[in-house]
Amino acid sequence: MTLLDTELAPGAEPARKVPLRGRQTWRRLRADRPAMAGLAIVASMIVVALAAPLLCALEGQDPTTFHSGLLDSARGGVPHGAFGGMSGDHWLGVEPGTGRDVFARVVHGARVSLAVALGATVLELLVGIAIGLGAGLGGRRADAVLSRLIELSLAFPPFLLALALMAIVPQSVPRPLLLACVLTAVNWGSVARVTRNQAMALRGRDHVAAARLSGARPARIAVREILPGLAAPLLVLAALKVPANMISEAGLSFLGAGVRPPTPSWGQMLSTATTWFRTDPAYVIIPGALLFTTLLACTLLADGVRRAVDPRWNGRS
Amino acid sequence: MIWYLLRRLAAAAVVLLALSAIVYALFYLSPGDPAVLACGRGCDGERLALTREKLGLDDPVHLQYWHFLEGLVAGRDYSAGPDVDHCAAPCLGYSFQTDQPVTTMLLDRLPVSASLAAGAAALALPLGVSAGLLSALRRGRLTERVMTGVTLLGFATPVFLIGLVLLMVFCAYLQWLPFPAYVPLTESPARWAQNLVLPWVALALIQAAVYARITRAGALETLVEDHVRTFRAYGLRERQVIRRHALRGALIPLITLTALEVAQVMTAAVLTETMFGLPGIGKLTVESVNSVDLPVVVGVTVLAGTVVVVANTVADLLHAAADPRVKLA
Repeated sequence: MTLLDTELAPGAEPARKVPLRGRQTWRRLRADRPAMAGLAIVASMIVVALAAPLLCALEGQDPTTFHSGLLDSARGGVPHGAFGGMSGDHWLGVEPGTGRDVFARVVHGARVSLAVALGATVLELLVGIAIGLGAGLGGRRADAVLSRLIELSLAFPPFLLALALMAIVPQSVPRPLLLACVLTAVNWGSVARVTRNQAMALRGRDHVAAARLSGARPARIAVREILPGLAAPLLVLAALKVPANMISEAGLSFLGAGVRPPTPSWGQMLSTATTWFRTDPAYVIIPGALLFTTLLACTLLADGVRRAVDPRWNGRS
Repeated sequence: MIWYLLRRLAAAAVVLLALSAIVYALFYLSPGDPAVLACGRGCDGERLALTREKLGLDDPVHLQYWHFLEGLVAGRDYSAGPDVDHCAAPCLGYSFQTDQPVTTMLLDRLPVSASLAAGAAALALPLGVSAGLLSALRRGRLTERVMTGVTLLGFATPVFLIGLVLLMVFCAYLQWLPFPAYVPLTESPARWAQNLVLPWVALALIQAAVYARITRAGALETLVEDHVRTFRAYGLRERQVIRRHALRGALIPLITLTALEVAQVMTAAVLTETMFGLPGIGKLTVESVNSVDLPVVVGVTVLAGTVVVVANTVADLLHAAADPRVKLA
């Protein structure tokens, strides 16, 4: 019924059914210049995120210390000096209002952004694959129940539900972990739908029947015979989900419902920047440029992955 | 067709009912005390007890949900002794923090959100469709590459970042526009538009990227079909090919996918309203999330889910009506 019908609509399916050939896909991706540029940026961002404490030690600052001496109290707390107070001590200046070091905050912000985006994507895949396989292989009754569940989860507007959920979740859990879980709770449906449909299609194939007749247990069939056939569409979906989750984290933090100070996040810095952009434009530009570059890189990579998996994809959906 | 229609509507109704039940259960069975959440921060013992009684939180949860549904259809009273808060149908709940029915709060904010959505759509639709068509017709040339690049930028940029940059450039640096402060249309149409220009542009850029991608794919698909090649071979002018075939081919996916993107547009609208300080439904949502005004959060979530389900149903029906190839089974 409802949302599964929409598969009739062109472009609603994330990927056509093509088998994944690892080496060939990688060769195509290597030849795709925008995708490789994206990959390079994403990889260096991951290095920066992993090395955040090291980079901060190199600069000699930490992301949480207030430096009120560097602020111009006559101008409402704008940093002294040009470009948001950039100096040898504070490479990217200090935060208006608090005087916290911007460089330390953006490199730690990269950690939050990437950890939430990747963590949520992995969790969504795990939950979605489990439920999708359950629906696709678990027999008629399981499929009826789980398919309704998948439809329901797809009927919610995910970002708004995540926003609402952030209001009632326990406050003691670390916010990045909470964000990854909440994003998973609202976004697993698309993975489950693709898994279910693909598993349904693969179920009748000869190699699956052969495995069943030779006495393989259902779990083994699911892992050895069905999962490899899911690799192509799920790889594409996962690549698309990384930037989607990153933008959601930034959005939630921007709205004050995501990562809270003192933990830094790019979205949260931009939210603070809305009150300072007139007097301290550098404080908008630095986290804004980082968020934009990382998102663009992830999107380029995702598009490249999709082209590499399915060269005949024409750019729709 | 009529059976399909009825079955489709019944299915949508079932989904809506399940959706509201899940939202209700999710929020009223949450680990925190719903009375504390509904009453807000700094609520003392007596007011807390009053809120608990008014919400009927000591009733079993299915009874509470039944009252919620009853309120939606017939309105309800939240009473504790002589103190009664009336909430007329369709009652989405009652905010004890602002002492207003949620429906009233939403209706108060509706004109702002409607102004934003209508203006942005009016900009985004022509912009996105022409960009998508252009990119499909100039396949393999520089124009296509530029258009695809621009579309990608639209997908990769959060709407609040676009908004911030627009504010910095046009309000702070060039000073062509005042800092946006919402003015109702009925008060002064000119100032209404002047204050909404930047939010419209920010939201429209994001939406146009979506429209452009859908239009491009639809047009490309039609342009390679046999009948178009035949018409071209017969000497049909390119202008006619575009109008009769490329555009029409893009129209069906545009209708259906636009409805499917409604959740994404709502997300962008919430962020835009907060970014520009427009007092619309989106900003109300964010405010009530941050002040943990539970009844408003529940009401808005149910409403948003309803909009998505209705949009999906309408999309399916339109799609079935517009494309005879769709099976009605």
